Amino acid sequence: MLRKLTLFVVWCAIAVLGALSLATIAFRRGESINAMWLVMAALCTYAIGYRFYSKFIAAKVLTLDAMRATPAERLENGRDFVPTNKWVVFGHHFAAIAGPGPLVGPVLAAQFGYLPGTLWIVVGAVLGGCVQDFVILIMSVRRDGKSLTEMARAEIGRIGGLVAFVAVLAIIVIMLGAVALIVVNALKGSPWGTFTIAATIPIAVLMGVYLRHLRPGKVLETSSIGFILVLAAIVGGQGISHSAYASWFTFTAPTLAIAIIVYGFSASALPVWLLLAPRDYLSTFVKLGTIAILAVGIVALRPTLHMPAMTRFMDGTGPVFAGKIFPFAFITIACGAISGFHALISSGTTPKLVQRETETRLVGYGAMMAESFVAIMAMIAACVLDPGVYFAVNSPAGIVGSSATTAAATITSWGFPVTADQMAALAKSVGEQTLFNRTGGAPAFAVGMAHIFSHTLGGEALMGIWYHFAVMFEALFILTILDAGTRVGRFMLQDGLGHVWKPLGRTSWYPSIIATSAIIVGLWGYFLWMGVRDPLGGINSMWPLFGIANQLLATVALCVATTIIIKSGKARYAWVSLAPLVWLVMVTFTASYQKMFNPNPRIGFLAHAESLAKQAIQTGETSRLIFNDRLDAVITGALVVLVVMVLAESVLEWERVVSGRKEATVSETPFVQTRYSEAE
Amino acid sequence: MRERILRAGKTMREASRVVMMALREIFDENAYARFLASHGMANSREAYAHYLRETNGVRERRPRCC
Repeated sequence: MLRKLTLFVVWCAIAVLGALSLATIAFRRGESINAMWLVMAALCTYAIGYRFYSKFIAAKVLTLDAMRATPAERLENGRDFVPTNKWVVFGHHFAAIAGPGPLVGPVLAAQFGYLPGTLWIVVGAVLGGCVQDFVILIMSVRRDGKSLTEMARAEIGRIGGLVAFVAVLAIIVIMLGAVALIVVNALKGSPWGTFTIAATIPIAVLMGVYLRHLRPGKVLETSSIGFILVLAAIVGGQGISHSAYASWFTFTAPTLAIAIIVYGFSASALPVWLLLAPRDYLSTFVKLGTIAILAVGIVALRPTLHMPAMTRFMDGTGPVFAGKIFPFAFITIACGAISGFHALISSGTTPKLVQRETETRLVGYGAMMAESFVAIMAMIAACVLDPGVYFAVNSPAGIVGSSATTAAATITSWGFPVTADQMAALAKSVGEQTLFNRTGGAPAFAVGMAHIFSHTLGGEALMGIWYHFAVMFEALFILTILDAGTRVGRFMLQDGLGHVWKPLGRTSWYPSIIATSAIIVGLWGYFLWMGVRDPLGGINSMWPLFGIANQLLATVALCVATTIIIKSGKARYAWVSLAPLVWLVMVTFTASYQKMFNPNPRIGFLAHAESLAKQAIQTGETSRLIFNDRLDAVITGALVVLVVMVLAESVLEWERVVSGRKEATVSETPFVQTRYSEAE
Repeated sequence: MRERILRAGKTMREASRVVMMALREIFDENAYARFLASHGMANSREAYAHYLRETNGVRERRPRCC
């Protein structure tokens, strides 16, 4: 009784603290607030969401059964299917879902102020993203670890399966183009950054050789050595940037884009053990460490947010990307709140490791909460900057002007004072020639992170090191994703082409490897090139396109989830996945429509093409830009049509089941009692 | 007081053990150990090469999120 009363008091206190924090960030105007209010608001909401909402879903909607054996237990083979401790699976799952998205998206969305992004990151995760990851994970666990595409085919129909396949391939291609553009924008004209990132390639190869030939299996040891070498490369990069060799590592955006395309193709054709695996280990090592340090840094420094709660750019005229807060804030934040891509992980490796059904709540719902918290930290990193600095870094030359004086004057005229001298001093302190027009989110995040780190450890003297550490941290993620994503895309393409001509489906046949790798690299390379040559910085069109594709995939995942809930006789609880689905449909369809048909050339692809077509002087470059805009519009339209088909097929299936015209059955594997119950 | 310190120490040890276990799983060291156990092999260059050959297919197809 006393315990119950204590718990009641504790949860009431958490609820009150959360409400107070949310009220503070929502209603405080005209004065700076401390970042800890964001942290407290997020943590309290996560705690309430996890304790009450996820428990409700687990008990009432999914009826998790601790007695039911999972595929990890039934199909245990020591390779894919391995019963694993829940905290270990949590770490594994979190490492797989956390990438550059939750870091970049919130930084870009900070142009609306800290409030809209923060609210969506917290609420979107608790009611949408965490639910999606949790529900898809348990549904895959109950189907022997089947993938999202397979579940869509089995539960919705053939169209659902086909669309999920095409959507996954499309999102991979668009995502790779968008993230590659972030690296290009972070490294252009930066010998220090370019040297550091270039050095990670031989370091990864060295790790691969060390791991295979000198210390087989000692991955943690090898990763620690790799990390020390990367730190040495960061310090060495500073020396290089001040030496005569600086010009060897100073590239323009198009040159860097070509280098990354060539790299992407070569890396995906190399043996996994030589480059992909060691760099993946290194990237994970740096990622987990940096996220932990960033959390400690924020708590230790408790920085003040200089960005206002809401900016004038909620009206859609923002320089970072154009478009009103609805729907673009929700599209831009992407993985920090809900990500369709997570459904691939939740129906990939993770379901094959889960030991007990009841643990899916911690792994699926809990890991997404952690990812959402990473997004909150990114938001804080962006908002600790002076707004003038934030806009100077993130605004393309096409909007603010290419000279430092013009850009500073334009940004100051928006009410965010900044001077060319201030930016020059900041660039000097981080070892860059300029920080103007460094679009893409990564440089702004790096400056914010360096600000937090340098105030916690090392002072101003280490600003440059911390800045390049942050750039390296993001670029390392992205290079790994380029390599891994190209391979995953290649396998999908080979699986598909194998139906047309069998040899093309043989994943070890070299001509097929080369041809399919070239197709995938060519596709994302085209998007990258398109972004690099875009006078508006590329991110303006690429990131929303990526966000739309990612959220459309989430729509497909939530269609699958809702269908399964309804077919399992739980139609009264279908709102759990139906509510985020309806919201995502509104957001993605509105965003897609606006990206295609909005008359503002900064928002609508077709309007932009039309404005270019009306220009007095037409060059080959203009025709190419017009073609790219029309291509973007067609891709957006095609994705929407595909998702409408899945939605229609799903709704018909729901109607058949709810009206009783079809029996409510699902294709779960039969119940087998777990052997762990005997041990208890 | 002493009991509390001992309990805290035990909790810390347990937490570090779980963190190390998670790291070993994330970094595939446990997977390699399981491979050695299931094949009755000792750690060696050849065993690791064999392990890589068997697991490369899975590793290559493992998606990483954005």
